[in-house]
Amino acid sequence: MLLNQFLFLSAILFCIGVYGVIARKNAVLVLMSIELILNSVNINLLAFAMRNGNADGHTFALYVIAVAAAEVGVGLAMVLLMYRNRRSIALDELSEMRG
Amino acid sequence: MSFLTAVTEWAAPTIDYHALAPEIVLAAGIVVVLLADLFLREDRKSLISPLASTSLLAAFIPVLTLALSDGPRVMFDGRYVIDDFSLVIKGLFLLAGYVVVLLSADYLRDGDYHFGEFWFLMLSSLLGMVMMASSRDLVSVFVALEFLSIPAYMMAAWRKRDPLSNEAGIKYYLLGVFASAVLLYGMSLLYGITGSTLLVDIGDALVGEVTAIRSLAVLFVIVGFAFKVSAVPFHTWAPDTYQGAPTPVTAFLSVASKAAGFVAIVTVVFTAVPGLKDVWQPVFWVLAALTMTVGNVVALRQTNIVRMLAYSSVAQGGFILMPLAVAGESAASGQALRAIVTYLLLYAATNLGTFAIVIAVARKTRSGEISSYGGLFGYAPGLATLMTIFLASLAGIPPVGGWFGKFAAFQALISAGTGWGYALAVIGGINSAVAFGYYGKVMREMWMKPAPDGDTTPIEVRPAIAVALAITAGLTLVLGALPGLVVRFGDLAGLAGVVGG
Repeated sequence: MLLNQFLFLSAILFCIGVYGVIARKNAVLVLMSIELILNSVNINLLAFAMRNGNADGHTFALYVIAVAAAEVGVGLAMVLLMYRNRRSIALDELSEMRG
Repeated sequence: MSFLTAVTEWAAPTIDYHALAPEIVLAAGIVVVLLADLFLREDRKSLISPLASTSLLAAFIPVLTLALSDGPRVMFDGRYVIDDFSLVIKGLFLLAGYVVVLLSADYLRDGDYHFGEFWFLMLSSLLGMVMMASSRDLVSVFVALEFLSIPAYMMAAWRKRDPLSNEAGIKYYLLGVFASAVLLYGMSLLYGITGSTLLVDIGDALVGEVTAIRSLAVLFVIVGFAFKVSAVPFHTWAPDTYQGAPTPVTAFLSVASKAAGFVAIVTVVFTAVPGLKDVWQPVFWVLAALTMTVGNVVALRQTNIVRMLAYSSVAQGGFILMPLAVAGESAASGQALRAIVTYLLLYAATNLGTFAIVIAVARKTRSGEISSYGGLFGYAPGLATLMTIFLASLAGIPPVGGWFGKFAAFQALISAGTGWGYALAVIGGINSAVAFGYYGKVMREMWMKPAPDGDTTPIEVRPAIAVALAITAGLTLVLGALPGLVVRFGDLAGLAGVVGG
């Protein structure tokens, strides 16, 4: 059955995404890494839906896609705001507050 | 294609409009607020905040009528449930939202950030929380969580030109979205193992042996929620976000958003994964112990009051997590649920009151430092007394509110009768004593130190803040003196069909 291959692909995507979130300093690249994780979730959901033989996974995946779009909309707006105030989108420069 | 045949057999579900009335009223309020912002002239925009608070109070009415009618009401094959637990929590969210509206109105006007969208976003976030209280399905839990979070990200970054507020919003956003992505991965595994997104079905399927994939799914879900409730080690966003965000938004995040995270944890843990208690009990034990200890120890050396309250709120989250560490033992599960609901109610009243005082004092002193509270009793005795009451409640000193929440949490730990429960109770006890160190520091400033710059003009308390203080102080004092009232709410709190009834 193909399930294992799908799960393997999704696990790899998930790991790349987590690595990107942790290692990248550029805000847009972090956003893209989060998208990778969300898409690994979608692959999981669709693969499981095929195996379980019900439509729940498909519905869930549609919701994930829609919500991810809303999230990225807000995220890009915030990155833009940061760029306007600082002329930079490097996350490691965000350190006004400490302690 | 069996799922396609399932789709063709689809029939429209029956909808109980009475059960959905709080959500419908709130949604109507959101539309009205948005339209009012669009069509009102610039000088009439101050009418929008009364509209927002009215729609919150209007949504409270169906919550009361539902509480008086026969429950529980189950819709969509058990995916959306209105039971006593969800009604108590909905009431908590609506009341907390009302207090935050009172706190925000003057703050936004003074800071020249008086935009109607703020109320739109806040009501949207509250609608997400109200939905969260009834969600009993992975999809609706996820949608409610995003619905309440996405507006909150924008509210945290509300002061557009202020780099601190930018930083607060971006940190909150990135960690929040990352957490929901991890949570989703866990949810997809739960769906894969059990073949259902309905929490009760997942609970039925996840009994018996603990396999690696089951543990992994539960672990991912818990980590996702742990970010939301800022449990250590997933708390790093909380202090920065709380300090940088506008103070009323901080009050909103530290009370309503946090409570929503706990509601999500409670519904998932009690309905979906009770069979895997050997996995999640130790995780919650470690999270609770770390959260209390780190929150308290770091709070001790803060000099900014909002940052101190941020760490205090992290530590309080540890106390709320405490009962979950024994919630799988049959002797303790009902009591653990009651303790969490009780603690959330008392914590909400007390913490909102503390932030009301912080906002009132900062209007005069223009400072967030703890030292700016020096001599407060001399020139604002009323505020200083109320602040003392709220801080004592946070520290858990009888007879003011908060002690009873801690008492209930410890009671749940003891009733489990396990060594781990006793050990966590001891750690919690030490932490309650440590917490008095930083709450006491603020009290000492207010009562014993002179005013730092000798400025002792009285503080003018705006009517809206005064109402907010009356509500929160009233609740804190009454519930502390008569804990029987809140126990009744806790008793109501049985999740339908799972614990009690």
